Amino acid sequence: MNFDFSEEQTMIKDSVARFVRDEYDFDTRRKIIDSEEGMSRDFWATFAELGWLSVPFAEEYGGFGGTAEDLAAIMEELGKGIVVEPFVSTVVVFGGLLSASTNEPLKEAIIPSVIDGSCLGSFAFLERQSRYEMADVTTTATACDGGYSITGEKTVVFNGGIADKFVVTARTSGSQFDRQGISLFLVDSKAAGVTVKSYKTMDGQRAATVTFDNVIVAADQLLKGVGEGLDLVDGVMPTVLMALSAEALGIMSMLNSLTVEYSKTRQQFGTPISSFQALQHRMVDMFIACEQTKSMLYRGLCDANDIAANPEMDNTELLKSVHALKATVAKFGRKVGEEAIQLHGGIGMTDELNIGHYVKRLMTINVTFGDGDYHQKKFNHLSYSSL
Amino acid sequence: MDINFSAQDLEFRDEVRQFFANEYKPTQVSPEGVKPEDDYKDAMIRWQKKLYAKGWIAPGWPKEYGGTGWTVTQKFIYETERGAAGIPDVVPFGLKMVAPVIYTFGTQEQKAKFLPRILSSDDWWCQGYSEPGAGSDLAALSTTAEYAGDNYIVNGRKIWTTLAQYADWIFCLVRTTKDIRRQQGISFLLIDMKTPGITVKPIVSIDGKHSLNEVLFEDVLVPVANRIGEQDKGWTYAKALLAHERTGMAEVADSKRALRELKLRAAAEVNGGQAMIKDPIFQLRLSDIEMELMALEYTELRVFASMAAGGQPGPESSLLKIKGTEITQAIQELQLQLASYYGGALQGDLDNTELGHNFANEARRNYMYGRAATIYGGSNEVQRNVIAKAVLGL
Repeated sequence: MNFDFSEEQTMIKDSVARFVRDEYDFDTRRKIIDSEEGMSRDFWATFAELGWLSVPFAEEYGGFGGTAEDLAAIMEELGKGIVVEPFVSTVVVFGGLLSASTNEPLKEAIIPSVIDGSCLGSFAFLERQSRYEMADVTTTATACDGGYSITGEKTVVFNGGIADKFVVTARTSGSQFDRQGISLFLVDSKAAGVTVKSYKTMDGQRAATVTFDNVIVAADQLLKGVGEGLDLVDGVMPTVLMALSAEALGIMSMLNSLTVEYSKTRQQFGTPISSFQALQHRMVDMFIACEQTKSMLYRGLCDANDIAANPEMDNTELLKSVHALKATVAKFGRKVGEEAIQLHGGIGMTDELNIGHYVKRLMTINVTFGDGDYHQKKFNHLSYSSL
Repeated sequence: MDINFSAQDLEFRDEVRQFFANEYKPTQVSPEGVKPEDDYKDAMIRWQKKLYAKGWIAPGWPKEYGGTGWTVTQKFIYETERGAAGIPDVVPFGLKMVAPVIYTFGTQEQKAKFLPRILSSDDWWCQGYSEPGAGSDLAALSTTAEYAGDNYIVNGRKIWTTLAQYADWIFCLVRTTKDIRRQQGISFLLIDMKTPGITVKPIVSIDGKHSLNEVLFEDVLVPVANRIGEQDKGWTYAKALLAHERTGMAEVADSKRALRELKLRAAAEVNGGQAMIKDPIFQLRLSDIEMELMALEYTELRVFASMAAGGQPGPESSLLKIKGTEITQAIQELQLQLASYYGGALQGDLDNTELGHNFANEARRNYMYGRAATIYGGSNEVQRNVIAKAVLGL
């Protein structure tokens, strides 16, 4: 038994940490956010060069063959810099869906371009009414000459404005809430009938509303069999949720160390505020929240490693761990974020300071792929419904 | 990262599990339903003697003094299996608290005299630390020991002394020199409870039971030979003991078992015809606890893994006592909530069947006595002070 990152993982983790420390200071990030695309193409090329974009992909496509644990190691460090480049949407989510696809020619065509940085992708799944239910899909894909015709609207598509390709959930059969009958299509963002309206989100990132108006997609752009889309998404979700949680953990640990440091320098009543017991205990509780979140992440990663070693294994324990992890991130992430602002006092309220920006990314993570209540309810169902 | 034990360790786990299943009979020590309270002492000693016969009574001790020689992993497995089987830990005062002080700082004569009888559970020990004026602030203690030739003359009061009514011996912190820095001038004495001048007065706690006591010392003669180490250096020895006490306070396996039983109970208790376990609000309260416990289990594993690798426990070890006790209390709160009206009914003329709930009495007692968990062993507020200083550098 051990909870150490491997030598390889430590190397890549250190390399991400170095990048964040040396290249990605708060002013640099601010300039990127204010730029037209909301990301740095130069940095993205650096990520490709350093091999980070290849991590989750199988070696046969030029990837590193990495695991959820490898991704978590990277994401924790990216979180410490609240890096806005679309690593989650392109590599973890879009890349994860592609990796799980059974369409070999499609994988061979696209994955190498994600790895070399030339293709940015995003997952277009959310609709105005669907909140966290992936199965609530009204966008339709109707069989036609040349394949399928997709019509519908997807909203809050992360980094949608810069995406070259979308994976889109569209209904090929069934009614609005059916889990069956949803198919996954790879759609080019420049295809006729695709309209992309990009906007900023509170965390310094971008999202887009993407409309599909009779967009014709060939049948060979299906990621998996017709109507089998949600099974594929379900299989990818644990890794996605763990990656996001690792990012949140990185943010929480930054907020904690920034807050502790600040409390030692801020003088009030003639003494550093770190000497006040009321504040000390709050910072201890922030520390505990962060350690407990880390433990929950490790639990999920260990469960995932067990399943990777034994694919026939029942995955209920993994699902319970991952739902519990996302609920824990929501609860403790909010606690740490709110306390960090409170302990900084007035300066914590300013846009100029980095604290609020860390908090806003945490808040966005909390509503990405299900908030705490959603995941706790899933956990409750798995844990208690059969008793 | 890898969560799995080696095949060898799994074999050991099976052996421990088998032994517990064969040898431990819950009625032996379960305080529930046992009429005269003194049965508790006999039952604990009976069980501890079984462990002694097996050679497993003191996994934490060095092998030369009667320890098991187990690896860190084996000790961890043993503790986990004990908690999972619902077996209470050994009475800690002798085996886990004073023995490490004796084998670390004691003389050859002290080791020979005390250690074998602690191992065999022939001596029952209690801990004389807290005083009416010295709780969390232990160094404020004022019980005095005056040096007089071959003896000390001890005068003062110790309080919250758990199970002192059964004790043959008490280990005490006493003040031997005044007017120097508080932590200096304290000595560590081993005192025979049969010595004239010692009075044990029961304190009934809010669970209606008698486990706490006040111990009065009136001109009690204690041979100098019963002093551990040097005079006035007792604080150092006590601190080493506290470090010993602090490891393994999360009691995750015990809480997992308690939670499992709580869920079964919640499936049996109904409200409006619906099992409580199906109630969405109850589920929410339950999973708030269960998820925290899942995290704590891994925090404990992280601490254990770094120790097994020969390292020191990381900063995360400091939260085990705080979180462990908070979760224990949270489970007790839900137990009492499930017991509903019957949680408040006192067992007197009624038996368990008449009470309707055989668990309700236990739920009330666990809840009430469980409040102590965040007070003893360094209150959770003191624990937070320690983390603030030692981990966060505040």
